[in-house]
Amino acid sequence: MDMNAYLSMFIDESNDHLQSLNENLLQLENEPEDLSIVQSIFRSAHTLKGMSATMGFEDLAALTHEMENVLDLVRNGKLIMDSFIFDTLFKGLDALEAMVQDIVGGGTGKADVTAIVASLQQILKSDYSPAKAGQADTAEPASATGAATDSGSVLLDEFQASILLQSIEAGVQAYHIKVTIRDSCLLKAVRAYMVFEVLEKNGEVIKSDPSVQDIEQDKFDFTFSVFIISGTAQEELQNQILNISEIEDAAVTALDEESLSMLSAAPAAAAAEAIEASAAAVEPPADKPTIVPAKEAAPARAQTSPAPAANVSRTIRVDIDRLDTLMNLFSELLIDRVRLEQLSSEIKRTDLTETVEHMARVSSDLQSIVLKLRMVPVDSVFNRFPRMIRDLAKSLDKKIDLVITGADTELDRTVIDEIGDPLVHLLRNSVDHGLETVEERIAAGKPEVGTIYLRAYHSGNHVFIEVEEDGRGINQEKVLKTAIKNGVVTEEQAKQLTSDEINHLIFAPGFSTADKISDISGRGVGLDVVKSKITSLGGNVTLESAFGKGSKFSVQLPLTLSIISAMLIKLGSEKYAIPLSSIVETGIIRKEQIKNIHGNRMIEFRSSIIPLVSLSKVLESPDFNDEEEDETEIVVVRKGEKWAAVTVDEFIGQSEIVLKSLGKYLTNIEAISGATILGDGYVALIIDPNALIK
Amino acid sequence: MGEELKVIVFALGTEEYGIEVDKVRTIERMSPITRVPKTASFIKGVINLRGVVVPVIDLRGRFQLTETTPTENSRIIVVAVAEMEVGFIVDSANDVIDIDTDTIDLPPEIVGGIKAKYLRGIAKLGEGRLLIMLNLSEVLNKNEIIQLEQLEV
Repeated sequence: MDMNAYLSMFIDESNDHLQSLNENLLQLENEPEDLSIVQSIFRSAHTLKGMSATMGFEDLAALTHEMENVLDLVRNGKLIMDSFIFDTLFKGLDALEAMVQDIVGGGTGKADVTAIVASLQQILKSDYSPAKAGQADTAEPASATGAATDSGSVLLDEFQASILLQSIEAGVQAYHIKVTIRDSCLLKAVRAYMVFEVLEKNGEVIKSDPSVQDIEQDKFDFTFSVFIISGTAQEELQNQILNISEIEDAAVTALDEESLSMLSAAPAAAAAEAIEASAAAVEPPADKPTIVPAKEAAPARAQTSPAPAANVSRTIRVDIDRLDTLMNLFSELLIDRVRLEQLSSEIKRTDLTETVEHMARVSSDLQSIVLKLRMVPVDSVFNRFPRMIRDLAKSLDKKIDLVITGADTELDRTVIDEIGDPLVHLLRNSVDHGLETVEERIAAGKPEVGTIYLRAYHSGNHVFIEVEEDGRGINQEKVLKTAIKNGVVTEEQAKQLTSDEINHLIFAPGFSTADKISDISGRGVGLDVVKSKITSLGGNVTLESAFGKGSKFSVQLPLTLSIISAMLIKLGSEKYAIPLSSIVETGIIRKEQIKNIHGNRMIEFRSSIIPLVSLSKVLESPDFNDEEEDETEIVVVRKGEKWAAVTVDEFIGQSEIVLKSLGKYLTNIEAISGATILGDGYVALIIDPNALIK
Repeated sequence: MGEELKVIVFALGTEEYGIEVDKVRTIERMSPITRVPKTASFIKGVINLRGVVVPVIDLRGRFQLTETTPTENSRIIVVAVAEMEVGFIVDSANDVIDIDTDTIDLPPEIVGGIKAKYLRGIAKLGEGRLLIMLNLSEVLNKNEIIQLEQLEV
């Protein structure tokens, strides 16, 4: 079998499983009593192990196996989670992630995991003896001891029995299933795996005999039996199993309270008969208890277990290159559409105009769909943060609660790819510099657990991501001192700064307020890099802070980077585009309205004085000079809070334009952010208004 | 016998130049060029090459020859080197020939006023005809453009 064909699928799925392991472990840390979380952790680990073993990544499989053993003990109530176990499991996860990354990079996924394996085994051993001593009268489940059991002694321990009992009480059926695989079957482990997959889709496997591990390693004859809770009807379950090829027989028996108590109490030798007996006892009135109406069963199941089948979303994975191609083709179409619109307005034939208008409507629908296709929820970036904050909090000995809202907010994939690092930095900054230690917080009369809010939400054509924390806030005196010391501002300048401007000094290059340089954040290269990264994405970052109360970083990002609305303008014979997102207003001013202040041309706009920028001068226009005009058109643009009026020759109109780069040969052209192709085939340059405002 | 090399032949003034065929994306007639402000004077601007924005430079200007107004025969040769696509304005492009790599000599110190480092070599085509082979990555070297810009300021 050519494994390469499955490699990308393996990587995708491994990442999904690692992520869900991470999330569930974190959740478990908060609610250590919730055994349903352990179940889902176990499932993820188990699937991961199976996949990596199949793909021949032995180290990966071995480490997952050890982690699974520990989880199994926890699952069966034989081990109480403590912080050492959590740390070891997290370390294991990190190692697994590193191995998967190695495989992504074309490596073999090999790594030295002996240290982690050793501590996992230590956990297993230290538990092993007390567990045996304490529960001597309960039969050891085969999966925990790893010993092979003889197939007759299907027996439930107290824990498993109580789960079954609870689910029956909650109205979900419990079944005992005996599966026989055809003796001609060559890969019976594979068939068994397929059976388990069907079962796990339908409900939750409580116990299997022989153990799942043994079945996987082919250590069983052609039969095995399983206890499962499921909302699916008996016949349906049976049919589904029989649908798998090379399955000889599947005997599904519904269990009730009586048969359960017999099973858990019966001595090992009598177990087989007990099942037979219980089967006999249950089967006559089978119609009543077994065929649970699907409607009732579904909600009940949702309560008892986080059913894996519930989140079957109808999605397909698409190569991102194909989406990019689609986007490019669509851009071409958009250019032609603009051209057609021009032509039809020249030709003035009604039926042509109507057709073109219809096409325009269809293509704008198409545009929104194409853009939506590229949208990814920010969750794909946010999901690694809880784990990161947990680790940071531990290493800094702080208590932190991370509250994430709006993780389903969607952003263009290109933005998502770039936004991860800046956000990591902002969060690290909040944990390290923002939040105080427990003692400091208590002294300040705050709750000892600091809170970091990570919010994402839509607003207009932008997405906002906020990182807010209730920490110490910005000490403006300290900021000013450092800024002067590091030569960011002079003392003269410092006196004239508003409090908002002082806060924003921390974004200046070469600034760091941390007394100590830590490896978490703060080498003075941080926040200015964050700012320039976000600016390069067409976004903006601002800061609000109250000393002693906390700070809020607010990152504003454009929804998409490929198609924007823009105002087209003319400068003599040349055409330019100005992004609509930064335009405040357009208007006309007379020459008399222009005032000269300190040699700078200013105008009055909405009762404040703003600078007037001559676009023809900035762009060295060959055939237009606004100074010769009595009346001149202006476009008022903004950059954050600052405004400026830009003089232009003539407005052409508003248009959807497709952003094109100028290529690698022309980079960093002042005041130009890119180019677009107009309906007439000419290239128009896109003006970067941020560069016009100093 | 060396290897056969397919070369696009174009002219600047009276001299003939060659670029390997596999580096050339397309040869276009002159099309409207959008000026890009604040760039070196030999960078004429950008054109729309079937939906892709491509910068265009005047090869005469690049080699510090006097620039002329484009004629009927002027062409834009679009080359692709190191993930960059750039168009060269040349006086004419009208031939594709095969040359033997053995006939390419190392360039002498100064050839026709062009600094030798832009040259890969000189190919002798016989009958006294010489073909100047260009070293494209040097022609498109941006560091030197930056130096030129600084000189102009």
